[in-house]
Amino acid sequence: MNHLLSIEQLSRAEIEGILDRAESFAEVGRRDIKKVPTLRGRTVVTLFYESSTRTSSSFELAAKRLSADLVSVKAAGSSIDKGESLKDTIATLSAYDPAAIVIRHPYAGAAQMVAGWTSAAVVNAGDGKHEHPSQALLDVYTLRRRLGSLDGTRIWIVGDVLHSRVARSNLIAFNRMGAEVTVCGPPTLIPRGIEELGCAVSHSLDGVEEADVVYALRLQHERMAESFIPSLREYAATFQIDTRRLSPRQLLMHPGPVNRGVELSGEAIDSPQSLIVEQVAAGLVVRMAILYELLAGSERPAPIDGPSSGGDPSPTPIGQPA
Amino acid sequence: MSDQLAALTDVLDVRPGEHAHLVLRRATVLDPAAGIDAVHDVVVRDGHIAELAAPGAAAAEGAEVVEAEGLHAFPAFFDPHVHLRTPGHEHKEDVETGTRAAAAGGYCGVLAMANTSPPVSTAADISALREQARAGASVPVGFLATVTKDMQGKELTEMVELREAGALGFSDDGLPITSPRVMRRALQYQRLCGGNIALHEEDPDLSGDGAMHEGAVSAAVGLAGIPSVSESTMVARDAALAAYEEARIHVQHLSAKESVAIVRAAKAAGVQISAEASPHHLCLTDEEVRSLDPHRFKMNPPLRHESDRQALIEGLRDGTIECIATDHAPHQAEEKDVPFEQAAMGVTGLETAFAALHTELVLPGVIDLGLLVERLGGGAAPFAIARPTLSPGAEANVALCDLGAEWTVGEDGYESRSQNSWCAGRTLTGRVLMTVAAGQIAFRLRAFSLGVAS
Repeated sequence: MNHLLSIEQLSRAEIEGILDRAESFAEVGRRDIKKVPTLRGRTVVTLFYESSTRTSSSFELAAKRLSADLVSVKAAGSSIDKGESLKDTIATLSAYDPAAIVIRHPYAGAAQMVAGWTSAAVVNAGDGKHEHPSQALLDVYTLRRRLGSLDGTRIWIVGDVLHSRVARSNLIAFNRMGAEVTVCGPPTLIPRGIEELGCAVSHSLDGVEEADVVYALRLQHERMAESFIPSLREYAATFQIDTRRLSPRQLLMHPGPVNRGVELSGEAIDSPQSLIVEQVAAGLVVRMAILYELLAGSERPAPIDGPSSGGDPSPTPIGQPA
Repeated sequence: MSDQLAALTDVLDVRPGEHAHLVLRRATVLDPAAGIDAVHDVVVRDGHIAELAAPGAAAAEGAEVVEAEGLHAFPAFFDPHVHLRTPGHEHKEDVETGTRAAAAGGYCGVLAMANTSPPVSTAADISALREQARAGASVPVGFLATVTKDMQGKELTEMVELREAGALGFSDDGLPITSPRVMRRALQYQRLCGGNIALHEEDPDLSGDGAMHEGAVSAAVGLAGIPSVSESTMVARDAALAAYEEARIHVQHLSAKESVAIVRAAKAAGVQISAEASPHHLCLTDEEVRSLDPHRFKMNPPLRHESDRQALIEGLRDGTIECIATDHAPHQAEEKDVPFEQAAMGVTGLETAFAALHTELVLPGVIDLGLLVERLGGGAAPFAIARPTLSPGAEANVALCDLGAEWTVGEDGYESRSQNSWCAGRTLTGRVLMTVAAGQIAFRLRAFSLGVAS
């Protein structure tokens, strides 16, 4: 794997490889000193053209836990504000010879273009409404830990599928891992032709009781002004996941940030079947695993005192706190 | 409005030059509209097709002789829809480079769209462009003027004076005329000034911020979709208005099957409506957009579903679509070296239209060669211009092609100033070797050596 640009590019075995790696990093997180020397002397750049809390902070922390040097660039306050093109920004950052560039961009295909302009490994941290592969990986990781396997699991993705890169990446990832996916939402927020990605489509929550997992999506308030929905109140009445609609055997997920009282009731968020906090924790170890898979397995020389190498199936540096 | 067809150079402008004296020895001459399909010596002299002589029979004295055995001579092509980008965007294209690209593609005439910067909205604009064409156009070029002032969609241009200055028709191409009231006034005014009105049919409200065809691929890649009804509802509106006003319209770059059906029905009902399809819509589908490559696959209207492509081909076959138009739309690299949604719309097409359609449609047996040649010349008549022909006595407009030649698009660069060809990197079969336009040699492939009479 040279880049992580989409879930679409990954086979089931590759997904499982990343998740297995993440499991081993989970052990590091339970230590007093939560750091390994794997990426010492190498540089990771995070480049965020859109606001982000979870994704940017977890990638940054993941790079630091792997002992990489980190450069974080946000669109606001950078040359991007001054009209610099993406291509020129990448050329500038590439001059620092980074090992990886983690990019979030408001338009589809941006990460893929960047991969053509730099020798660094590129990680897509969300490109427009296209894909958000690290989110899908952490969600599969979270479910796998809870359920053991996704084979035959019935998952409903509920809400604004049209505007959601998370929905797209998760649909592909869940399918690839053997789950059966239904997307659910009002017809205005379900893209025409989505069933060809391999999912059932439902325009109401009737039947959601069959789901083993309900994955709710964020509904942006401006969708009302754009006439995708008549009102937030009606949307909540029709599509909100609350404890009345959720049976105790079902698991609840959400990529965050949540609009409490819109797509999810407060009670549902705080219920024991909610995995939302576990998802955030999974984000860190999965993103460590992504950086590890991309960088520690590459041809670049490993740190002199770190015995890691790409051929080694287990991340041995874990045993050696930096 | 008169149905009299003008000769190409009566209404289009070209740089004056020496008339060629040529003998295309033993060329396979194919001009389906004129009923010509045989091997001849084609004699070009004094600006005209002097003779279609028996193979080997034409006198070579004083002529340049081209050994054309095994090569095809077609009437050169006519493109009613190109963007020459002047004035205002000469970094993308101008009259000189754009007509060089046309000549390299076997064209003897093109009509330039008016969505320049500023748009071509006054008689003075038309006069200045015609002057440029007489100074530097390799093939005859005609200019359309905008329908509405500065393409604002609100007030009509001075259509009578624009026609007197030589505007060959009107178009706000690039933008639709959203107001049905303004559209109707333009059609009414056509009775006074003549000139076809070429229409970019799109409802911007339905297109929204769409960047590609709405369907399974847009759902998969997460791009906002441009639904087919964004085009077809406007085609239906304007067909109804043209019928009501007994006016003439030309529908540009049809892309959706629904639009093809509407044009077919309107023609059957007697509406004066003509339509074009582009090579890229005839050869490609939205599946290409999975690559998210804006250089080759972002244009408006967007590449649509395979069923739409099939409907366009059927329309081409049954005459619903009478012509192929490239919508040659040059853009510089920096406007395309950005993510798909941010990239400029449009691809170039003049240099590759014949070769691409020959490769993608004729060689697999989807359409026959005669139909392709006929439709590549079909864009003249909707603008009251006589179709190029190889009939003896006609103005000499010839495309000499090697149907067996394979070439990779872009490997030797482009005549166009821009490189956003939808065929870039493709290997095509069939190549234009030489173009005669208005009696002059407009293009000769460098690698094509010519034998001289001994």
